[in-house]
Amino acid sequence: MAKNVKVYSTPTCPWCIRVKQFLKDNNIAFEDYDVGSDQVKADEMTAKSGQMGVPVIDIEGEIIVGFDKERIKAALGL
Amino acid sequence: MKIYDLIIVGAGPAGITSSVYAARKRMDFLVITGDIGGQTAYSGDIENYTGYQFVTGRELVHKFEEHMRSYDTNVKEGEVVIEVERIGEIITVKTNKAIEYQAKTVIIASGKRSKELGVQGEKEYKNKGVTYCATCDGPLFGDKRVAVIGGGNSALDAALQLERIARKVYIINNTPGLGGDTIMRQKVEKADNVEILNNSQVAAISGDKFVNSITVKSGEEEKKLAVEGIFVEIGLIPNSDFVKAVEKNKLGEIKINNGNETNVPGIFAAGDVTDVPEKQIVIAAGEGSKACLSAFRYLAQH
Repeated sequence: MAKNVKVYSTPTCPWCIRVKQFLKDNNIAFEDYDVGSDQVKADEMTAKSGQMGVPVIDIEGEIIVGFDKERIKAALGL
Repeated sequence: MKIYDLIIVGAGPAGITSSVYAARKRMDFLVITGDIGGQTAYSGDIENYTGYQFVTGRELVHKFEEHMRSYDTNVKEGEVVIEVERIGEIITVKTNKAIEYQAKTVIIASGKRSKELGVQGEKEYKNKGVTYCATCDGPLFGDKRVAVIGGGNSALDAALQLERIARKVYIINNTPGLGGDTIMRQKVEKADNVEILNNSQVAAISGDKFVNSITVKSGEEEKKLAVEGIFVEIGLIPNSDFVKAVEKNKLGEIKINNGNETNVPGIFAAGDVTDVPEKQIVIAAGEGSKACLSAFRYLAQH
């Protein structure tokens, strides 16, 4: 079954763009939250990750900060 | 082991331009890079790259990458070079993935990275209010109070991005007046929510879970400003540590001649990592082109 994947990002950050591209290239569906315009999601992101840097990826509850390709792959079972 | 004609280290404006020239010369080459776009990817608005009256860093990097990849170029992305060494006529390039590559020529185009302040609280609050990328993290500070540290073009660029998002922007500058381009300085000075503190240094960063204040010193006077975000833009240091053999200046920039040659035959360098006067996207691109043509000429002679 497809995993529940959320990406917290801003429209301008280069690593956010690459994370989303990576997920698309691997046909992974994900919820995309713009934490620059959505304060509720921004607070959710800082609460989950304990920090304010983007991107933050939530894969079935596993929180990954930054475009850590190896960890993302492992969490997705790629 | 396969021996390439050329290995390009870095994929900012210099490395990408080198790759375009190398592809068009049909060289057998490889690009090894941690990221795509280098500092340009983190730039806000760019108004001085010829042909574009206005382009964002993100758009320009997209065009650069598109151009590079249009030639089926072999790009090892996410791989960081940790050593470059010339033994005999062959140059060995080692990466953080414990892989070794060999080539007859190498172009070092690894650029620069942000300098840190070195004050109390900086490391502790990194990504908890302290950031080195206004373009990335700026949008998270909507309606908050922030401080930009620095007084050059990158600080002005950060302040101009934040002025549209944040409630209040302090610029903490340690010289008597802001530097950078006049046109940017005027924009900053005109913004209502920007306050410039000249002759001022950061003494400490504090908070609880996240940053809540910054201590600023001007002369003998010390004051605490309530801020949630701190954007450090105090300049850059070259990514040149991994290449020991080449001569560098006291800033750590790789010394090159006007043909982009270092003191080591076969090793060339281009862009912000070198001692070329002026660090600009358009200059880095031009330098990348020159370095590739020099490497091509070197290969023809060796």
